[in-house]
Amino acid sequence: MSAVPLLLAALAVLLAWPVPVLLSRSQWPVRSPFTAMVLWQAIALAGGLSMIGALLVYGLAPLGGSLLQSSSELWHIVMENRPAESLGLLHVFALSSAGLLGTHLVFTLLLTYVRIQRQRRHHRSRLDLLSLPSAASPGTLVINHPVPVAYCLPGGGRAVTVLSDGLLNLLSPDELNAVMAHERAHLGQRHHLLLWTFAAWRSALPWLPTSQLALAAVNSLVEMLADDAALVRIDRESLVKAIAIVASGQAPPSADARDDVHNLPNTSALARDPDSAPEIESTAGRLRRLLNPQKPLSATARYAALAGSAALILAPAVLLLTPGLW
Amino acid sequence: MATLGELERTVMNLLWECGAAMTANSLRDQLAAQGQDGASGKELAVTTVLTVLSRLEKKNLVERERENRPHRYRALTTRADHTAELMHEVLGSVQDREAVLTRFIGSVSETEAETLRKLLGGTSA
Repeated sequence: MSAVPLLLAALAVLLAWPVPVLLSRSQWPVRSPFTAMVLWQAIALAGGLSMIGALLVYGLAPLGGSLLQSSSELWHIVMENRPAESLGLLHVFALSSAGLLGTHLVFTLLLTYVRIQRQRRHHRSRLDLLSLPSAASPGTLVINHPVPVAYCLPGGGRAVTVLSDGLLNLLSPDELNAVMAHERAHLGQRHHLLLWTFAAWRSALPWLPTSQLALAAVNSLVEMLADDAALVRIDRESLVKAIAIVASGQAPPSADARDDVHNLPNTSALARDPDSAPEIESTAGRLRRLLNPQKPLSATARYAALAGSAALILAPAVLLLTPGLW
Repeated sequence: MATLGELERTVMNLLWECGAAMTANSLRDQLAAQGQDGASGKELAVTTVLTVLSRLEKKNLVERERENRPHRYRALTTRADHTAELMHEVLGSVQDREAVLTRFIGSVSETEAETLRKLLGGTSA
């Protein structure tokens, strides 16, 4: 047997556990969130490719020395209903697993998309009844609620940013601009597409450490990217203040802050569900990053990380596709 | 002319404020009084109001009382309940929520709130 399935399996194992653990513990992603985001995407893509690839190559190896040759041989065996005496039981099992895993990943991706779209439509129809378009800025809806919230609801041409009365009452115009710039960056940079694919990856393989670590990392990275995009237009102080005010307005009150001047209703009952997944704590990280700005990674380091990402995706593709390698 | 979506919102608000069942005719009169009959000055037709009401009925937002004619329509939930459910979708922990809608601030746990207070020290808030 050639070394290709072993190499692919080794890559799959590395990308399933040690590599994402290392990356999620490292400190540099706060300095260059974009580079880290590219690297996470490469890890997920290369991980999936090498997992399926290892099974596929192992299963097909007895039928020929390349993907094209062996899969056309498999096609003939299936079509002509020939007994597959050259394929042992283990190889048939590996082939079926590759097929099942591939189908499972694609189906979960589609199902997650459908579920997200349905939830968005449902939320939007509720929102349309309860909100009024903002007179001040287009594409913005205002809901009548005392808790300060701001969020964006993607949806192609119908995408909106939603603000609550509570938020408008608490924030100064500069702070409000900071919030709007942050939300528009989410929409403009299509962060919902990243969150969708990584949410699907997590749903498909919930037991795999990489899928959970990746989703948590991507969740905080998109917030950092949106903060950075907002900082191009507004000053750091307004953004920090806006984060502080909104976070303290949404947070369960501490013992000594109960009679806070803002006198906001307690939302902790809303914010916590007994059967909820653990929340990702990214707000403290964002604030720390804004209060103590760090230099981005050097250009060399960034290019090295990007080249590494490309190599990660190319490696399983080359192992799978190069004729004569297996 | 106001769009159907805007009319749905106005009709629901009227029903929520009224709290009791209303006929399509009285709804139309109230809409006209609010100036919802469009820029053309043309009166809003009762059939339009009925269309809006049947859409709201399909969405399970209003209930039709069929005992007497004309039928009377009533809001099924209060505005407060509806708002609470909307806010639950925004603030509560629903599956894939971050992919559905992206909030300015994610859920803040009690330990994280403590960290935030420490970080901010005297700077703001």
